[in-house]
Amino acid sequence: MKTTISALLLGTALTLASAGLASAQDKTVKIGSLSDQSGLYADLAGPGSTLAAQMAVEDSKLKDKGWKIDIISGDHQNKPDIGTTIARQWFDVDKVDVVVDVPNSGVALAVNNVVKEKNGVYINSGAATSDLTNAQCSPNTVHWTYDTYMLAHATGQALVKAGGDTWFFLTADYAFGAALERDTTAVVKENGGKVLGGVKHPLNTADFSSFLLQAQASKAKIIGLANAGGDTTNSIKQAAEFGIGKGGQKLAGLLLFLTDVKAIGLETAQGLNFTETFYWDLNDQTRAFSKRFSERMKNNAPPTMVQAGVYAGLMHYFKALEALGGNPHDGAKIVAKMKEIPADDPLFGKGVVEANGRVTHNAYLFEVKKPSESKGPWDLYKLVGTVPGDQAFTPLSQSTCALLKK
Amino acid sequence: MSALTDDTLPVTPRAMRDEMIVFAAMAVLLAIVPFTGIYPFFVMQALCFALLACAFNLLIGYGGLLSFGHAMFLGTAGYVSAHALKVWAFPPELGILVGTAAAALLGLITGYISIKRQGIYFSMITLALSQLLYFLYLQAPFTHGEDGIQGIPQGHLLGIFDLSKPLVLYYVVLVGFLAGFLLIYRTINSPFGEVLKSIRENEPRAISLGYKTDQYKLVAFILSGTLAGFAGSLKVFVAQNASLTDVHWSMSGEIVLMTLVGGLGTIFGPVVGAFVIIAMQQYLAGFGQWVTVIQGVIFVSCVLLFRRGLVGELAHFLRRSL
Repeated sequence: MKTTISALLLGTALTLASAGLASAQDKTVKIGSLSDQSGLYADLAGPGSTLAAQMAVEDSKLKDKGWKIDIISGDHQNKPDIGTTIARQWFDVDKVDVVVDVPNSGVALAVNNVVKEKNGVYINSGAATSDLTNAQCSPNTVHWTYDTYMLAHATGQALVKAGGDTWFFLTADYAFGAALERDTTAVVKENGGKVLGGVKHPLNTADFSSFLLQAQASKAKIIGLANAGGDTTNSIKQAAEFGIGKGGQKLAGLLLFLTDVKAIGLETAQGLNFTETFYWDLNDQTRAFSKRFSERMKNNAPPTMVQAGVYAGLMHYFKALEALGGNPHDGAKIVAKMKEIPADDPLFGKGVVEANGRVTHNAYLFEVKKPSESKGPWDLYKLVGTVPGDQAFTPLSQSTCALLKK
Repeated sequence: MSALTDDTLPVTPRAMRDEMIVFAAMAVLLAIVPFTGIYPFFVMQALCFALLACAFNLLIGYGGLLSFGHAMFLGTAGYVSAHALKVWAFPPELGILVGTAAAALLGLITGYISIKRQGIYFSMITLALSQLLYFLYLQAPFTHGEDGIQGIPQGHLLGIFDLSKPLVLYYVVLVGFLAGFLLIYRTINSPFGEVLKSIRENEPRAISLGYKTDQYKLVAFILSGTLAGFAGSLKVFVAQNASLTDVHWSMSGEIVLMTLVGGLGTIFGPVVGAFVIIAMQQYLAGFGQWVTVIQGVIFVSCVLLFRRGLVGELAHFLRRSL
């Protein structure tokens, strides 16, 4: 009898051990960094995001533990069809496990579908649209860094509370701009502010003079810029030429990256208020990371929040893989694990991967420094306020994600 | 245009036989693609563009009409099919049908307006109309602007063929391409095609012979637009999205490029041209924006060194029509 039991126990132990070994044996991971490598988002994501991914692989030290991790990168050229073609080929031919970065909301949503279909892992850090974790949420997607809801709420709320209770919008005339204006309008009204009007401008506008004159004539205290990239930098530069900042009106760039501020220059950008979730000069940990990062960048630029998000997202992904003891090549399973483990990394601090895939962490309200306050080429921001993660992002009760209805 | 195509040989039984042999060879080669390890998704995409280029070639190569707005048919059919499949939950065959029908209707309207002028004016009107549509699609709510229509369900064709299986989809696209190709081939070699060629060579003379050339041109325009639309509808199943790229003027330019590289006014030229251009985009993608520059260099050298295009030069060398 005793021998039977011990034999059974031994058998069970062996089965368990072999099962453990089987999953532990597969320790290969392939990362695809899909980004705009040469267009208007190349500076804020692009090659820097690939570098961030490489640093995440190195810092995870998984290679010392016998893992084999490869990174490939692709250029989606800001076209949804090119993005999906690359992503599909990555999954079919190159056997990619995880797609990271993907700026441009249109491309991001298209790739979201492919990753879900192929059961991969999608850690988006570059796109703004909050649809990724609402109407179009997926069990394979984790959305790091920021989204339109966060931008609208953090910046909008802070500015209205600071006395900016009348608004005028300059909006890029397409889906992303409209969403950002809509979200911000709701926040302004919620906080007792008033929207005096708005004007839509075509994408990629060179001459903002007529729009800016309308904004000036509106006498609104805040001119909200619901646009991105080149449009934002152009409108801010031209606003300075019209003396809008000096006339008492304040500009609010609703989506502004470190590289945008650098491109505008402190002289013009000073005093701008906006929200980001990462800045290289926040604390010792971000400074240490940024130093290592910028040493390896071609133009010695510190990381933007998008690039930092790629790093943080992958670090969390590796944690989930380690917890699973190997790569199961099952995207939904890995993402479920990522949601179980609390997020904690040196760049974004503590955070939660919510059930809808949204990662919530602190958001920071910044003001661009005056040229006299800046001590270095990248010393651009002054921290004005901190919004805790649970207030900065869409509350789960308001999320329209189908994953939440169970 | 006549200088490029005047050595097209008259249709003889021998030429017909040669062409059918080449066609059979092409069909067999394409049919064995899934078993060669070539990425089928890439070939499917190339097939859609090949059909598009063939449809475009029907208009310029045989009718002498340079449309610089053919992307509007591709994009319109794509958007309509995508919307029908996703929002109205149409089965695939109906989705293709409404997409193609929309392109045909668009062909009727735009053709009616544009064939009233000739030469560069015709090209400019087609370009203007396609730009008009581009901005319409940019603003129209159902196209979702910059985001495009995404995550389109592939469904079961005729309730039997599961299009989400790559192999099934491949053969469906292949059959669609071959059918479209044969239709174009038949059109070119019909009495209608002969009249088209005569209009291309000398329109006043065709009029003096009693042909109502406007009607012929209009029918050719609609046919070309419809087939381009058919290609657009098929592409929806392959790419599972419909985006602004497909209605942008640069797409119209790419269609011209494919046809020129392959050979204007040749039957197989556009197919070869489409495969060359799509393969370049696919395998040179790592160079990012440089792909456009490389394409430009190829375009210039093509026009300077072999004006008849790859297939056109080959046909000229062999003294065959291909």
